[in-house]
Amino acid sequence: MTKDRIYMDHSGTTPIDPLVLEAMMPFLTKNYANPSSIYAEGREVRTAIDGARQQVASALNAKSNNIIFTSGGTESDNLGILGSVFSLKEKNGHIITTTIEHPAVTRTVEFLGDHGYDTTFLPVNKFGQVELDVLADAIRDDTRLISIVYGNNEVGTVQDMKEIIKLAHERDVLVHTDAVQAVAKVPIDVKDIGVDLLSLSGHKIYGPKGIGALYVRDGLKITPLQHGGGHENKLRSGTENVPGVIGLGKAMEMGETGLTTEMPRVKAMRDRLLKGLMEAQEETYLNGHPEKRLPHNAHVRFSYIEGEALLLNLDMLGIAAATGSACSSKSLKASHVLLAIGLTPEQAHGSLRLTLGKNNTDEEIDNVLEAVPAIVKKLRAMSPLGHGGQ
Amino acid sequence: MYSKKVMDHFMNPRNVGEMENPDAIGEVGNPTCGDLMKMYLRIENNIIKDIKFQTFGCGAAIATSSMITELAMGKTLDEALELTRDDVADNLNGLPPVKMHCSNLSADALRAAIEDYKKKHH
Ligand SMILES: Cc1ncc(COP(=O)(O)O)c(C=O)c1O
Repeated sequence: MTKDRIYMDHSGTTPIDPLVLEAMMPFLTKNYANPSSIYAEGREVRTAIDGARQQVASALNAKSNNIIFTSGGTESDNLGILGSVFSLKEKNGHIITTTIEHPAVTRTVEFLGDHGYDTTFLPVNKFGQVELDVLADAIRDDTRLISIVYGNNEVGTVQDMKEIIKLAHERDVLVHTDAVQAVAKVPIDVKDIGVDLLSLSGHKIYGPKGIGALYVRDGLKITPLQHGGGHENKLRSGTENVPGVIGLGKAMEMGETGLTTEMPRVKAMRDRLLKGLMEAQEETYLNGHPEKRLPHNAHVRFSYIEGEALLLNLDMLGIAAATGSACSSKSLKASHVLLAIGLTPEQAHGSLRLTLGKNNTDEEIDNVLEAVPAIVKKLRAMSPLGHGGQ
Repeated sequence: MYSKKVMDHFMNPRNVGEMENPDAIGEVGNPTCGDLMKMYLRIENNIIKDIKFQTFGCGAAIATSSMITELAMGKTLDEALELTRDDVADNLNGLPPVKMHCSNLSADALRAAIEDYKKKHH
C-alpha cells in the first residue's frame, strides 16, 4: 500500500508490523534449520518455536501445550470442529452453529451434515447476537458441539461468549469459537470464559498470512486431520512454518499489549467515524450492535445506493473499504450475515464496512468523512429510489 | 476487473437524472440483487430526441445505463429496439462475465420505455 492510500479494511487483512517482520527475518534467512533436527541449529529453531508458542498461550491466558500451530484461521476452524467431533466415541449426533459464521465454519459444519450429523444453524437477532434462550432450545441430548463466531467479521458483533459457554457446559456440550477477528481486539481469557476450542489467525493481527493457531483446553482430545510425521504434538503434521510461527508469536504478544495502548485510540477514531457517517446523510443506518461490537469496526448502510459503486468511487479517491452487497460477491448474493440480521437484499446493497487499524490517523478519518457523504450524495442523485440525494 | 471505458461511464455517466414530462418511461429490476434501472425518453417523429436514466446498482449497472443512452440518442424507435445487451457490452469494451446478466439491464430498460411509448400512441 503506497503512502497516499487510506487503508480501512483491517478485517480483510493487516500489514505486517515492522517488529513482527524483524522477529521473523532471521528465520527467513540464516536460521533455516529444521526444528526437528537434533544438531545445534535445529535446536535453536525449536527453542524459538517454543518461545512463540508461549507468547500465543500467554496472550490468551493459556499454557503452551494448549496451542497448535496451523496454516491459518480456516485450518484452525476445520481442526477445531472436525477434530473434536471425530474424537468423540459417538460417531453421530447434533452440531450447532449460527447463520453468521465465516465460511470456514459454515462449510465445515455442512460437511459434517453431509456425513451423517444433524446440524442447526441458529438465527441471530437484528444486532447479530445469538440469544441464549434460542440456543438453550436448540441444544439436544445428542448435541456434540456448538461453534459460534466470537466477533463477527462483517458487522462486528461480539457475542456474550462467557454466558454461551456456561449454558453449553451445563448441558455437557463442547464449544468452539472462531476468534479470528476478536483476538487482539477484545481481551480474551480462555480460562475465564472456559472455552474448549478457539481459532485465531496471524494476518488479522499484524502477523503474516498462512499461519494461525488452535487453542485446545487441557484434557480435551482431538483427532488430527493432517497426517504425517507427528508434528505439533502429533495433532498437525508438517514441518513447521517457522517464520510464520515466530511472526504469530510476536503479533500475539504485541496484540495483547495493544489492547490497552493502541485499541482505545482506534476505538475513539472508529466512534468518531461512525458518528460522522451517521450524521452526514439521512437514511444511514448502523449494522450490528451499537456497543457490543469489535472496536475497529464501522458498518453502516445507506438507502438507495449500491455498495460496489460506493467502493469503486472510494477506491478512486484512494480509500480501501469493503461491502456486503451482492454485486461485489462472486456468488452475486447479498452477504449471508446481512440477510441474517434481517436486511432485505435491497437494504444489504448499500452497505459499507470500514475496519480501522493502528496505522490509521485522525486526518484519514477526516478524509473519509468528507469522501463518503459526497459519494453517497452523487450516487443517490443517480438513483431512481428515494428523493435523489436531497 | 472493469475496462477503462466502463470506469469512465461509471465515474462520469452521460445523460443521468430524471426527465420532466417524458414521453415514455421504462423500468426494469433484478429481484435477486435489488438492481433497478429507469429510462426516460423524449420522442419526436419516432426519433429519440432525448434520453435520461436513473440507476440503483453497481458500477456495471451505472455504466451500461450511461452507454445505452449514448447509443440510443438520435435513433429511430425501430433502430433503438435493435440494440442488445451485447451491443452495450461491446461498446464498453466488454464486461466481467458475472456482470453480463445481472447488471446489463439497460437494453431491457430502453425496450420497456419504447414499448411504453408505443402503448400510449396506438
Ligand atoms: C471470522 C473469520 N474466520 C476465519 C477466517 C479465515 O482465516 P484465514 O484467512 O487465516 O484462513 C477469517 C478471515 O477472513 C475470518 O474473518
